[in-house]
Amino acid sequence: MNLEQLGYEAIANLVKEGSSVLDLGCGNGDLLNLLVQKKNVRAQGVEIDEKCIYDCVAKGLSVCHGDIDTGLAEYGDKAFDYVILNQTFQQIKRPDYVLKEALRVGQKVVVGFPNFVFLKARLQLFFWGRVPVTPSLPYEWYNTPNLHFLSIADFSDYCRKNSIRVEHTLFLNGKGTVHFLPNLLAQVGIFLIS
Amino acid sequence: MMNKNIVETQFFTFGSRPHELKLECGDKLGPVTIAYETYGKLNEDRTNAILICHALSGDAHAAGFHKGDEKPGWWDEMIGPGKAFDTDKYFIICSNIIGGCKGSTGPSSIDTRTGKPYGLAFPLVTIKDMVNAEKHLIDHLGIKKLLSIAGGSMGGMQVLEWMVSYPEMVRSAIPIATTVKHSPQQIAFNEVGRQAVMADPNWNDGDYYGKHHPSRGLAVARMIGHITYMSETSMMEKFGRRMKDKEKQFTFDTEFEVEGYLRYRGDSFVKRFDANSYLYITRAIDHFDLTEGKPLQNIFKGVKAKVLVIAFTSDWLYPQHQSREIVKACKLCGIDVTHCEIQSDYGHDAFLVESKQEAHLISHFLKKAQKD
Repeated sequence: MNLEQLGYEAIANLVKEGSSVLDLGCGNGDLLNLLVQKKNVRAQGVEIDEKCIYDCVAKGLSVCHGDIDTGLAEYGDKAFDYVILNQTFQQIKRPDYVLKEALRVGQKVVVGFPNFVFLKARLQLFFWGRVPVTPSLPYEWYNTPNLHFLSIADFSDYCRKNSIRVEHTLFLNGKGTVHFLPNLLAQVGIFLIS
Repeated sequence: MMNKNIVETQFFTFGSRPHELKLECGDKLGPVTIAYETYGKLNEDRTNAILICHALSGDAHAAGFHKGDEKPGWWDEMIGPGKAFDTDKYFIICSNIIGGCKGSTGPSSIDTRTGKPYGLAFPLVTIKDMVNAEKHLIDHLGIKKLLSIAGGSMGGMQVLEWMVSYPEMVRSAIPIATTVKHSPQQIAFNEVGRQAVMADPNWNDGDYYGKHHPSRGLAVARMIGHITYMSETSMMEKFGRRMKDKEKQFTFDTEFEVEGYLRYRGDSFVKRFDANSYLYITRAIDHFDLTEGKPLQNIFKGVKAKVLVIAFTSDWLYPQHQSREIVKACKLCGIDVTHCEIQSDYGHDAFLVESKQEAHLISHFLKKAQKD
């Protein structure tokens, strides 16, 4: 199982059976499809890429064509049990606004993002003086879709400062769950917040 | 040679006195004949029926071939065995709207009270009236619930009206390249078309049956229509600035290819369409306002259908923000909605032309609708 799939499985374990889920930036629909199969959720996706919409529809998913930065305003308060921002959080223009909106629209919010200060990234920065390229950060500086660079510690701080309740955290590297020094050793952080 | 799928138009008449169809304007219409075609087989529990609603100049002949015809129905790309509306699985119904001129009761039909064509004595019909007439047909066919209703442009307006007027009968809905109400720009284009018809002396206040028809006026109306159905890109690709005849310069004959195309389209339209129907139908489209001045999400309360909203990027006649308004109201009401803006250069015509992506979306959406 690769890092991406490990993340999907981890999120599937967080989500309650039969709940309603809005996945912002649902891509080709793999995560939503897993949630439908495993947890029988009522799924709705939002995706900007036209090709991905066709993939989602082929999987029998309901998906809306649009961007995350503006799309949330169209949902009512607490319209979903969960709003998921998996691996999209760092790519949106206004993550603070979107997070606030996600917390309004969802009872709970799942945020998954690459940890930019993972050990390998730090080494690349420190020894080679190069912007890191790792399995969770696979892009070069000139083609990365990532707009914001944050660490697991940064996000924890942010939640504390903004009185966001962290209900559950999960830290992953390529092999599985990381329990020890996650900000240094985990490539991906997943937070369940409310 | 492949065997052509031969189909026939059928007719259903209802609303003889005193059971006429009550119209929104307060008038009554009867008897009402509806021309319709069906493709595929209705299953035993009658749960696989899909209604297709046509656009302004469409008719009941959506798929297959009429005997002796070279060209198939207007949405043959989408309807048939193995196609998006798969006739091996679904029972497809398409009917001509009332007010039309392709077999259903309209201004060119005989008014039984006078024995003459209605002309302007035909009452003002609305999109809702068209839907109410379709409901009579669906009841007549013994169908309690439609698996889906689909249509583009004015067909999409009927789809939206069905969702709201008969929510318990609609399991899923596919409004394509459409809107909940016309903008002033859309009304303006229709008005220019109507003025072209009415400026033709042959129009004679709608009393022209048995005499010369207002063909010039109607052809001009259709030419304007065709400009709005294309995009700048598709016109550039199709015609460029190419001339029909290099020798002929600075005349007012057809010089550019685009002129030839528009004239051809105009001239062929008048052979198959009634000018009064054109007036009545464009009026119905302009009057359509699903919101009735209220927020759309209030109107959508009670809608039970799953919805697939399709728009096209180069459609400037029914721009994408109009589809997004539908999607937004669905979201606010918790309606299960899928929405796609298909990249296309074909303008408003795309819903008839851009069939590959559209077919993909529709076939999977229907599969899901049937499962749930």
